Amino acid sequence: MKIRNIVLASVIAVAGAGAFAQAKEQFFPVLSGRTGPVAPNATPWANGHNDYMKLVNARGGINGVKTLVEECETAYATDRGVECYERLKGKHGGATVFQPLSTGITFALTEKVPGDKIPLITSGYGRSDSADGGVFKWNFPLIGHYWVAGDVVLKHIGNKLGGMDKLKGKKIGVGYHDSPFGKELLPILQERAAQYGFTLLPLPIAAPGVEQKSTWLQVRQQQPDFMILQTWGVMTGTAVKEAQAVGYPREKMFGTWWSGAEPDLQDVGAGAKGYSAVMMQHGAERQSDVVKEILEKVHAKGEGTGPKDEVGSVLYMRGVLGALLAVEGVRAAQERFGKGKVMTGEQARWGYENLNLTQAKLDALGFKGVMRPVSTSCFDHMGAAWARIHTWDGSKFVWSSDWLEADEQVIKPMVKASADKYAAEKKLTRRSGADCQS
Amino acid sequence: MFYRENGQFKTSYRADQQIFPIAQDRWAVLAMLAFGFIAVPFLFDEYMFRAILIPFVILALAALGVNILVGYCGQISLGSGAFMAVGAYAAYNTYVRIDGMPLIVALLAGGVFATLVGVFFGIPSLRVKGLYLAVATLAAQFFCDWAFLRIAWFTNNSTSGSVSVSNLKVFGWAIDSPIQKYLFCLTFLVVFGLMAKNLVRSAVGREWMAIRDMDVAAAVIGIRPMYAKLTAFAVSSFIVGVAGGLWGFVHLGSWEPAAFSVDRSFQLLFMVIIGGMGSIMGSFFGAAFIVVLPIFLNQFLPAVGDLIGVPISTAFVSHAELMIFGALIVWFLIVEPHGLARLWSIGKQKLRLWPFPH
Repeated sequence: MKIRNIVLASVIAVAGAGAFAQAKEQFFPVLSGRTGPVAPNATPWANGHNDYMKLVNARGGINGVKTLVEECETAYATDRGVECYERLKGKHGGATVFQPLSTGITFALTEKVPGDKIPLITSGYGRSDSADGGVFKWNFPLIGHYWVAGDVVLKHIGNKLGGMDKLKGKKIGVGYHDSPFGKELLPILQERAAQYGFTLLPLPIAAPGVEQKSTWLQVRQQQPDFMILQTWGVMTGTAVKEAQAVGYPREKMFGTWWSGAEPDLQDVGAGAKGYSAVMMQHGAERQSDVVKEILEKVHAKGEGTGPKDEVGSVLYMRGVLGALLAVEGVRAAQERFGKGKVMTGEQARWGYENLNLTQAKLDALGFKGVMRPVSTSCFDHMGAAWARIHTWDGSKFVWSSDWLEADEQVIKPMVKASADKYAAEKKLTRRSGADCQS
Repeated sequence: MFYRENGQFKTSYRADQQIFPIAQDRWAVLAMLAFGFIAVPFLFDEYMFRAILIPFVILALAALGVNILVGYCGQISLGSGAFMAVGAYAAYNTYVRIDGMPLIVALLAGGVFATLVGVFFGIPSLRVKGLYLAVATLAAQFFCDWAFLRIAWFTNNSTSGSVSVSNLKVFGWAIDSPIQKYLFCLTFLVVFGLMAKNLVRSAVGREWMAIRDMDVAAAVIGIRPMYAKLTAFAVSSFIVGVAGGLWGFVHLGSWEPAAFSVDRSFQLLFMVIIGGMGSIMGSFFGAAFIVVLPIFLNQFLPAVGDLIGVPISTAFVSHAELMIFGALIVWFLIVEPHGLARLWSIGKQKLRLWPFPH
């Protein structure tokens, strides 16, 4: 009798503890790209994301709720990404948010997330028109998208020339990844080309991009005044090497957000000196408080996900920022739906839509100097359009511009027009004001 | 013992010409159909449907199409991915540009356009053979990749080149849930499977096989090579085109040309080779092997790691998956060069003789 009671009691205790642990974990799935053509770039992203999640737990979780991470490898392939999404979406009590880190996967998941009620954060990639929350209820291209990056590059080039009107008559080449990822950049450049009177020279590069001889021969032939690169993974490093081979000055080459990180240029070293790229919000931030904290609370305990020397690098920081945005959305949702509770995907969506990261909050989290305030709303799912340019000095990146803001007056109507076209194709109606409260 | 046709007498031509002349086979196939249509929807969860069963059913249909061309007519094609793309994009354009277009008609229209493209790219097969034809059909692949990436009209002028469809309906019945999607695709597979099986038993099917076995001899006995080869291209690309439409519409929902890249062509060819050339059953085995095995390995390896207490990183799993998969392909081709379908028929033969093999 006694033994039976003990057994029963312990079973209940274990079950209770299990249920308790279950109830107090917020699940953040990771679609990683640790293999395949983008492995050098996607690996630090995943490491940064996971390290920040560990840091959140070391700090005591999200109001006591611990974060839980599980990876699934996509190798940047869309069909594997969809399989991973299906695999992870229901695990551990349901996924909070997905960050696919691939435009192809984003396009496929955009069709699936409204049915599953899981938000999608695509900071800096994915569909640019999904910044329009009136049509894309579940997509969040937080802190910028391709059109923001493209506009900022042009602005930087204009500043270098001494005014946007000096762009008139110039020829700008665009080397882009020949996929939806690369093509998404073109509309903003075409819009601006019509406005300022420069000509565009579109140069598609077939994925994965290790063979670009013909593209750069064309560059040598046509001699564009500037080159903009919308490349990702091994494609960027190859482009810079080919530019060196045909003698195209690296000072005239500008990468977008995905085309300017250490793994791209390390092998080229001094040969890439002068190459610049847009950074939405952060760059390499080895001196920031959050990096020091990660080193101290995660890596010093031997719990770091990746090698220690990549902590604070550009793509690592992008993973950290991705995790920060994912976590802060949940924190915002908890303010409304109950502090210290696990949020469902639907509740977290409200959090991402009502995100208000002030400078004070960011400073407290250790992001002083890393990023600027972000605030989203029902119709603005992007939150901020600020960026800076950094330039490779032969061994590392240094800032070469002040904060620049993309011109919302130009981008907003483009986003709206494109979102309306999507809504018309899908026979969706715009969300009403009442729906914003849900 | 388990599997004997003793005592089953065929008393009419009709009985003699059935698809499955042996009663056990008939019952087994009917049981499998009943299992697929009735039991499967109750057995599996959403993940199983979306990630494994639907891709398996659609790719089995595509493999069936490729098997007609490669396995039955002996024309090696590396353009299957392109024909899938034609099917998908033609179905998309028919569906989006014509208001009120029924889904099934749009998918079949995709098949019709794939047939036209398939026959066009099949014309070189009248002059070039074997590996040279494989290279010639590769042209179809590159041409279609180029066309769907570059010609904005095909993608309804979408800025990114990615297209999507939604709100699929058949006779007012929405195809939303994974089970509905699965049943929709399975119906296509069964109908086309039945048609293909009958086709390869018919006069034209025997012409294909004659051409495959020796085209000069076939021509001598009065088989027109042009007719035989082009019909094989037509039938094959029609089925592959419909599979492409299903892949885009039902499985992905939103796709870009990369979904039908040259990798897809190779994948389909491997399905046919591993499954068994010149066998309808082989197409199903091949599709199952290529679709299910990588996903199985991807989930099985970490589970094994957990069991023995060694955490396995995602990158390692991914590499190991490719290595084991490759090794298994080599192993299967050495052990049974005629594909998994041959193993199946050997198994049946053994069951017949058991327990007294001679």
